[in-house]
Amino acid sequence: MSETIQEKKLLTVFKRPSSSEGIWSWITTVDHKRIGIMYGYAAFFFFLIGGLEALLLRIQLARPENNFLSAAEYSAMFTMHGTTMVFLAIMPISAAFFNYLLPLQIGARDVAFPRLNALSYWIWIFGGLFLYSTFIFGTAGAPEGGYLAEEIGWLGNAPSGGWFGYQPNASIKYSPGTAMDYWAVGLQILGISSLISAFNFITTILNMRAKGMRLMRMPVFTWMIFATAFLLAFSVPIIAIALFFVTFDRQFGTTFFLVEGGGDPVLWQHLFWLFGHPEVYILILPAFGIVSEVLPTFSRKPLFGYAAIVFAGFGIAFIGFGVWAHHMFASSISPVAQAGFGISTMIIAVPTGVKIFNWLGTIWGGKLNLKTPMLFALGFIAMFVIGGLSGVTHSVVPADTQQTDTYYIVAHLHYVLFGGAMFGIFAGLYYWFPKVWGKMYNEKLGQLHFWLMIIGFNLTFGPMHWLGLKGQIRRTWVYAEETNLGFWNMISTIGSFIIALSIIVFMANWAYSRRKGPVAPMDPWDARTIEWTVPSPTPVWNFSTPPEVENLDDFWHKKYGEDSEGRAVRKDTADQLLVDLEEDGLNPKEHIKLPNPSYFPFILALGLPLLGYAVIYKSVALAGVGLVLFLIGGFGWALEPIEEETIENSSTASESVGHE
Amino acid sequence: MSDYFLSIKKLKLVPFMVLFTSCIENAPMDSLSPEGPYARTIDDLFWLTFWIAVGVFFLVLTILLVAVVIFRDKPDKPEPKQIHGNTKLELLWTVIPALILVAIAIPTVRTIFDLAKEPENAMKVEVVGHQWWFEFKYPQYGITTANVLIIPEDKPIRLEMWSNDVMHNFWVPKLNGKRYLVPGQITYLNLYADNTGEYWAQCGEYCGLSHSKMRARVISLSNSDFKMWVENEQKEARRPEEGTLAAKGEQIYLNAGCTQCHVINGVWDIQGDRIAPNLTHVAGRHVLGGASFENNPEDLTKWLSNPAAIKPGTFMPNLELTEDEIVALIEYLGTLK
Repeated sequence: MSETIQEKKLLTVFKRPSSSEGIWSWITTVDHKRIGIMYGYAAFFFFLIGGLEALLLRIQLARPENNFLSAAEYSAMFTMHGTTMVFLAIMPISAAFFNYLLPLQIGARDVAFPRLNALSYWIWIFGGLFLYSTFIFGTAGAPEGGYLAEEIGWLGNAPSGGWFGYQPNASIKYSPGTAMDYWAVGLQILGISSLISAFNFITTILNMRAKGMRLMRMPVFTWMIFATAFLLAFSVPIIAIALFFVTFDRQFGTTFFLVEGGGDPVLWQHLFWLFGHPEVYILILPAFGIVSEVLPTFSRKPLFGYAAIVFAGFGIAFIGFGVWAHHMFASSISPVAQAGFGISTMIIAVPTGVKIFNWLGTIWGGKLNLKTPMLFALGFIAMFVIGGLSGVTHSVVPADTQQTDTYYIVAHLHYVLFGGAMFGIFAGLYYWFPKVWGKMYNEKLGQLHFWLMIIGFNLTFGPMHWLGLKGQIRRTWVYAEETNLGFWNMISTIGSFIIALSIIVFMANWAYSRRKGPVAPMDPWDARTIEWTVPSPTPVWNFSTPPEVENLDDFWHKKYGEDSEGRAVRKDTADQLLVDLEEDGLNPKEHIKLPNPSYFPFILALGLPLLGYAVIYKSVALAGVGLVLFLIGGFGWALEPIEEETIENSSTASESVGHE
Repeated sequence: MSDYFLSIKKLKLVPFMVLFTSCIENAPMDSLSPEGPYARTIDDLFWLTFWIAVGVFFLVLTILLVAVVIFRDKPDKPEPKQIHGNTKLELLWTVIPALILVAIAIPTVRTIFDLAKEPENAMKVEVVGHQWWFEFKYPQYGITTANVLIIPEDKPIRLEMWSNDVMHNFWVPKLNGKRYLVPGQITYLNLYADNTGEYWAQCGEYCGLSHSKMRARVISLSNSDFKMWVENEQKEARRPEEGTLAAKGEQIYLNAGCTQCHVINGVWDIQGDRIAPNLTHVAGRHVLGGASFENNPEDLTKWLSNPAAIKPGTFMPNLELTEDEIVALIEYLGTLK
């Protein structure tokens, strides 16, 4: 063993990085917690940008025939808003939770492949920055032969074919310039990141669970990570291929989606939604998981129907692959296909309903502690139900042919992805805040955030239901005065600014509490799962002593028993248990070998955007540089040595966590 | 089928109905004010589902709020019973929603096939999508027009649709749901207007910069009016009298480059499709430019002086016409009844 290490040391020019502070420690980190935090901040940054784009859209729509944005700017803004929120905000915020919490919830010291985890992050952030560099380098324009009355400014030099990029509108003829290439190649890069994460998480869950943690003892959040990772693993390859086709069509003259070359533009719709619908569940399942953790904790009751909730989650994920054409009911599909996909869409409502009622069963008869995470979780149920039910009205195909492509759909998808996914995410952000920062957030500001957000949210998206039914189409840059839609559009715009205000409250709370909030105890919520058995903030080695699990909600059962009526009774040993856990958690008895940091994920990831630019500008030089970085990253990765890392005062190396 | 819906309709909660529908009055694109059998069938099906959805929502919301009120933590409250689940209850809330969905699925599937059927004795109209206007062709009458689809009242219309460039989506909310226009394929949509009237239409699918201005109007006429309209449309364009302002306008039309893209039957005899609307009877249309503006001298002046300022990305160039030329051209176009 040591000889191999010696050999490897000879082969590599780099020593493994060792800084534990400063910027290099973050760039080279393979610690799942730090990666999670970086995901969280970067994704929140993109969430703010996506939010600003949404505000610009809402200002433009506040009045009929408004001219705040040009048509080109408006198209760029709705395309980037959708793309950003899906790929650069909600997915990576979920990834932040996955990264930070997954090893903690299953009792591991890191994920299965820590360097791959870092690679996934760096590819994602470079993919996002690559996509956004369209505002600097990208160009957009009128369709070939069309005229514009004014120059397209920087705000309009972004992808403008919609986040769905329907063909042939997104082809080079109808969307000339490079902006749409930034979109296709950018999503391609982001997809690589998603695939890497998916396999990493699947392996971690299957192989790295603590002793005694059988699958049916895993926390529901971990289960939902599992389901999401499978969804990613099966759906991302579909969009990857479709995006390659688009890039080939645009760059190299193929005609996969172009009628004039025998291609089929409807095929793009099928491929996009075959990915796109599972993607919806990729966005919402993590929130299901978070809510399934928050509700029992703050109700002081176990999750009602744990098994049913787990199976319903997987049922949704599975059926989610069989409903894609419900995005295309008005497109050119046959009545038989319409009926089939209508029914499959109805079927998916059943497991979703099971989840909702089981959550209600969880809070029913509990002792509800209405702290901010709980408020967001309850808000999630109420808002998500509206989104789910409007979804059922879409499954009624004839009705959907009136609703599709109108603001009714915009309302529906925001009730699912904002009222659902984002409310769940905020519940999680408040819930795990003490574990991450070792400080408590400010409860009053948290509640203010919730109330502002739920009011602003309903004011913004509620009216869109009837705006859509009364005829407002989606992606409409202007609407005629005579449509009589002005009043409720104005209300909606006002609502969007209330949401913005609530986000400011959230950020203020976060920034202040992170530094000056009261010190958080190890287990502030009297929680149920084992991530609360480590000190706050989580020590770098997670668990000093590998935990052993005997039950579902193991931590709770170590603290509580039941009396003859079935009521929870705190064990006499509970207080001492907490003291012991904290003492043990802060002072590992033996040296803990953690995965070494590495430069190579960063270097490898840096090669990808350069390869992306090379494709867009057909530049051999850029391709060369990109490829060199890619290869340095890959070979360096394979050859870098494992180095001893000294933490604390211990001497003998014990177990290694990273299977590097 | 109507009995099935009637019983549902009686259940409608009047106050909610008023609240919901009175939010936006007189919306010309209202999908909830059907004016023909197709749209009405869809409307019935929507309200059936809508009220079921409202019922389920209030059920969930009530349980949620009641739970929050009665189970809220209070200092003297005992610890809750640790209930892990209840198989009977869980089966119940799996089976009941499934049954409700079956009740929705049956009329849904039936309606899907009803709506797709080609009606008997339907009048055929071809709809061609262009960036950013709809072209309407009546093969049995040899008519080609744009922006305004004229149909006879109380008669089924069968639209055969395709696109000349990107995906479009033809939608007349008061007469039927929407259907895509796909390049390289033919799609079908039925229309039926009970009475005479004017209905707004719009492209539903994002189709590029001026998507929001790709509108149209459908006008249903009485049978006799429709016949008169057909007879007039079949005529070649009227020629202006020599020496008039309109005659000057015709010369501008012929010489400024308009004929590269437009056709006026009987004036410029090159046959075949053009990328721009046929103008033979343009004065008979009350809206122009993808129905995005009115056919009046004021709006037309703006359009002719800089088309791209009205419809960004348009294929109609700015021909740098002088004010006098525009006045003459508008005068000429006004004679093309």
